[in-house]
Amino acid sequence: MNNQNNNPDIAVHCESVSKNYKDVEALRNINFDVERGEIFGIIGPDGAGKTTLFRILTTLILANEGTALVDGFNVVGDYRDIRKRVGYMPGRFSLYQDLTVEENLNFFATVFNTTIEENYDLVKDIYQQIEPFKNRRAGKLSGGMKQKLALSCALIHKPSVLFLDEPTTGVDPVSRKEFWGMLKNLKAQGITILVSTPYMDEASLCDRIALIQNGEFLTIDTPKNIVSQYKNKLWAVESDEMHKLLLDLRANETTKSCFAFGDKIHISMDNGDLIVDSLQKLLLEKGHTNIFIREIEPTIEDCFMQLSQR
Amino acid sequence: MIKYLLKKEFKQILRNPFLPKMIFMFPFMVLMVFPWAASYEIKNLNLSVIDNDHSSFSRELTQKVVSSNYFRLTNVSDDYNQALKSIEKNEADIILEIPAHFEKDLMNRQGAKIMVSANAVNGMKGGIGMTYLVSIVNDFNAGIVRQLMPVVQAGNSVPTIQIDSQYRFNPHLNYRVFMVPALMVMILTLLCGFLPAVSIVFEKELGTMEQINVSPIPKTTFILAKLIPFWLVGFIVITIGFLIAWAVYGLVPAGYFSTIYLFAAIYILTVSGLGLVISNYASTLQQAMFIVFFFMLVFIMLSGLYTPIDSMPNWAKWIAAFNPLKHFMDVMRAVYLKGSNPLQLSKELFALIGFAAFFNTWAVLSYQKRN
Repeated sequence: MNNQNNNPDIAVHCESVSKNYKDVEALRNINFDVERGEIFGIIGPDGAGKTTLFRILTTLILANEGTALVDGFNVVGDYRDIRKRVGYMPGRFSLYQDLTVEENLNFFATVFNTTIEENYDLVKDIYQQIEPFKNRRAGKLSGGMKQKLALSCALIHKPSVLFLDEPTTGVDPVSRKEFWGMLKNLKAQGITILVSTPYMDEASLCDRIALIQNGEFLTIDTPKNIVSQYKNKLWAVESDEMHKLLLDLRANETTKSCFAFGDKIHISMDNGDLIVDSLQKLLLEKGHTNIFIREIEPTIEDCFMQLSQR
Repeated sequence: MIKYLLKKEFKQILRNPFLPKMIFMFPFMVLMVFPWAASYEIKNLNLSVIDNDHSSFSRELTQKVVSSNYFRLTNVSDDYNQALKSIEKNEADIILEIPAHFEKDLMNRQGAKIMVSANAVNGMKGGIGMTYLVSIVNDFNAGIVRQLMPVVQAGNSVPTIQIDSQYRFNPHLNYRVFMVPALMVMILTLLCGFLPAVSIVFEKELGTMEQINVSPIPKTTFILAKLIPFWLVGFIVITIGFLIAWAVYGLVPAGYFSTIYLFAAIYILTVSGLGLVISNYASTLQQAMFIVFFFMLVFIMLSGLYTPIDSMPNWAKWIAAFNPLKHFMDVMRAVYLKGSNPLQLSKELFALIGFAAFFNTWAVLSYQKRN
């Protein structure tokens, strides 16, 4: 172990962590630090290893190699201390469906040797929204309310580090936005938050992000820096026949990368520059109609695509 | 801490729409229905008679068989093939063929032969039917001898051994006296083995287990909180069993209730410990159910519930020796019928304590909060 382990400003420290499930490599040589009080996003597609990383950090599974510290405690040797001071909200909503909202919160408070009253301040903003339903069974709540209750339960013992595994998967856009608002408030109260998500558009809401794919971190930086490091110019192309357009653009030998993004196709060129007129001409020759081409700012998703291609 | 965990477990059991009903209904169902259905006494066997003699002796024999109440004359055939057809059509279970000149041969003191053939597809039914029928014929034979050879009867030239049977502890060979205590054990096994397993695997499936695992709760506390409610459930269930046995069958243990409660307490710990072990290895409800079913089948088959252990091959006896169900069933029958006390049952007592310690230690060790 080196001396930065005891740095009080580091909430989570990971050093060459690897994990295999039999012959599947779930995580390969993960190194990162999360500073105290930041929202750190781990962003990547399903199966990239996000949940595995969270389960290692919350002491549920053991890594094959490497060291991990949470709040200065080692996940292997000091797991008892870690369990007292972290909050974990797994991807699947898991509260007792047959207990009421209040009973669930009470239960998780007692499990952590505390009471609702003691840390009410922390969960107040979130819990107040579901308090009118406090006598309703958790199983009968709507998806968004369940999520709020789960977050309240993960927070009730005032954890120093909060792990949220895909908290917004399967939640409607309005609730998602609201949820990120709640995270901002928690951050203001000094809680370090690690959040994983497959939604690239949520990346910009984090202080720093790590892009993960196939068990490896592609990059770790602030969302702004990642976007600014995008090397090529990027254009969005549209036409009436999107599928044919994608194939035609990919067939073009000067195309560097070309992906469908919603209702548009994002394309970057080998020579770095693209002559709009010549492309338009090419596409017209191929029989496309209603062609729109314009230069755009890259998003995190474009960066992810570019990084994951290497 | 454990107080809150227990509170939660009880709330969950009581709020379950199905569980409390099952805890009360299950003993009723099993104890009211099974002892009547699962009986070795075979009555109403369908009899086919081929009377080739049509004499007063042959009619007398037929009459005697039918009036025994074990047989019902459902078919009268002219020859054996016809009678066999009735067996094939499932109209008859057993054939009694009386040859021609039956009476004449007997009167001439030549001795007569009759043929009995039974449908042995169900071996037990066939065998028992055969025994009944043969004993009736023997009885009839003795009557004939008395009638035809009064001299021999009156004389004292033939010394015979007379057997006077006495059935101890169950003088009337009442099948229910024997089955009801054993069935209580089965109920206890099913409820107290199944429910804790289901309850833990359910938490696994739901994901709440993960929440518990990241909390500072020690694993022994968590396991205990799962065990204790089902311990109480077991006591409730066995008490219901006592009440039904008394109210419906008039059965009261010859020994003390306290003896049974003592053994039940250890036994419930044993089976719920086994349930917990299973739940630690199963990750879905389906897997848990399947494993529990497997064990239950082996346990019940090799427990002596239906077939006596003594008549099993040696390897099966060995398995039975490691079957907690068997030991507790022996205890229940001994206390109910013979009135045994814990001292006399010390072998079973130690066996059960051993099983309880073994399964519960295994349960605690195999419950991993991490892997």
